[in-house]
Amino acid sequence: MKDEIILKVENLKQYFVINKHLTIKAVDDVSFQVRKGEVFGLVGETGSGKSTVARTIMGIYPPTGGKVFFKGYELTDKKSYQQNKADIQKNIQYIFQDSAASLNPRMAVEKIIEEPLKVTKTITDKAKRSERIDELLEQVGLDKTYRTKYPGELSGGQRQRVAIARSLSVSPDLIIADEPIASLDISIQAQIIGLFQELQKKYGFTFLFIAHDLAIIRYITSHVGVMYQGRLLEVGATEKVFKNPQHNYTKALLSAVPVPDPVYERSKTIVEFIPGDRELSGEMTETEEDHFVLK
Amino acid sequence: MEPLLKLDHYSVSFQTSMGEVQAVRDVNLTLNKGEVLAVVGESGCGKTVMCQSIMKLLPKTARIKSGTVSVNGTDITNYKEKKMRNLRGPVLSMVFQDPMTTLNPTIPVGKQIEEAILRHEKVSREEARKRAIEMMDLVGITQPEYRYSLQPHYFSGGMRQRCVLAIALATSPELLFADEPTTALDVTVQAKILDLLLEIRDKTNIGILFISHDLGVVARIADRVAVMYAGKIVEIGTAEEIFYHPCHPYTWGLLSAHPALAADGGKLHSIQGMPPVMLNPPPGDAFAERNPYAMKIDYEKEPPMFQVSDTHWAATWLLDERAPKVEPPISLKRVE
Repeated sequence: MKDEIILKVENLKQYFVINKHLTIKAVDDVSFQVRKGEVFGLVGETGSGKSTVARTIMGIYPPTGGKVFFKGYELTDKKSYQQNKADIQKNIQYIFQDSAASLNPRMAVEKIIEEPLKVTKTITDKAKRSERIDELLEQVGLDKTYRTKYPGELSGGQRQRVAIARSLSVSPDLIIADEPIASLDISIQAQIIGLFQELQKKYGFTFLFIAHDLAIIRYITSHVGVMYQGRLLEVGATEKVFKNPQHNYTKALLSAVPVPDPVYERSKTIVEFIPGDRELSGEMTETEEDHFVLK
Repeated sequence: MEPLLKLDHYSVSFQTSMGEVQAVRDVNLTLNKGEVLAVVGESGCGKTVMCQSIMKLLPKTARIKSGTVSVNGTDITNYKEKKMRNLRGPVLSMVFQDPMTTLNPTIPVGKQIEEAILRHEKVSREEARKRAIEMMDLVGITQPEYRYSLQPHYFSGGMRQRCVLAIALATSPELLFADEPTTALDVTVQAKILDLLLEIRDKTNIGILFISHDLGVVARIADRVAVMYAGKIVEIGTAEEIFYHPCHPYTWGLLSAHPALAADGGKLHSIQGMPPVMLNPPPGDAFAERNPYAMKIDYEKEPPMFQVSDTHWAATWLLDERAPKVEPPISLKRVE
């Protein structure tokens, strides 16, 4: 089934109460859905709430309001979550920006990759587990000699490859990646992006990809949501959003992206976005097929 | 006319317990007044070390192994700390990547700008304060009188970077080293800071050495571009020459690794492998191992700089007349 909705976020709200005068609306009434096997991107500037959306889906903080559904299970409902815990935990995996912080420095690479296989009881036979580790390492472009190395001995790109191998080990349905390549060098970024595409084709997992780099989002995703100050302003098929942006903020954001073309860059004018109340409230309206905008 | 900055066969090495690390190798470049020269390359290629060594900000383990630096025609290679202090500020100035670690979190930003002026010029406190407020206005901080007395944490990242820029420009330097000044900022803020730099360049005719790894940013700001790999400049030319007629395979790789240049649905090209460790650099061209066009000679002998045009040089054996003709990868052909 191609059009099966795997992840559905409904009116998600995440407010952080700082004190009685100040409440930060990190995520405010965000709704979107992700189809099975698709690469969905969330873009936005610092503080737009894109990471908070991901973290709320992961269950790091309970939401202030709204619902999250994964494969029909309601994640935000305690009872439903508890009943299907094993299935949910196995099938949602994460990749973080800072691979140095997300890998245990005291565990060898083989232990890191083995852990989810053990915990979820996906492969209980030790020898088979070992085979699977070799296979995963090979798929992410590392050879067997890396098995006994520790994260401290690896470069940033290699560590991110280990994190990818770990997330893939249990063949999840959904991988959430929060800025997975932001801290890597350009040529290494290209290597990791290529690896993501290759593995996504092979495993067919659904990919929620969060980044601030619009060029990469455009390259890798099929659908994209644009966030600003906790609101989702525009969502739709990536090419439609990039070629025909509807919201003023999306237009401003796209015009600011530098392109490696000096003649074009020197002559281009950057649109400035001055937020008014009208722009940040309203209803999601469909402007064309598969393209929605808040207005 | 004397160039503002001239590096002649400039090499910098670090002495470590494991041996000598050659961070900058045989760099030749010039920068004129009112010009923006961008240095691009991956992390660890020596761009930052080059700038910091010109400013003499490196620890004692670093040593200028050979070559000279001249500023306005004066050789400053052997300047000691005392003489450098008079250069830093009125002549040379620097902006770093992270504005939060550059600014002192406990001192109001206005005071920090004032400090730079008082250190280098004999002016009264009132006069310095007035100048500091003018500087804040110049870099686009609104309500400068009020914001003069605020500490850095009151400001957003972009505003902080503007404060750092105000400090760097307060003593009206002739040459500004900008080391990834917009990398930590959002794209919309980044665009504003870049435009600000260009505006200041037009007003004051300052020369800017701009370090970046983002080719889009470089395209917006640079007049000329130098591509650095493993401590060496492998290609240098005007922005048009580097972006439209690149000659070095490394420049090809960098450009085609940019997702904006990947053809629709096409595969994103990546440069295989990792940059070499400069502890014991391999013989021949340091890029040979990652170069899909490498020939036998690349592993034996380092290529000299071949001249492509009056302003364009590239260090690759592919430009030798005996080399086979190689077309740059198709992904670089522009279809608009």
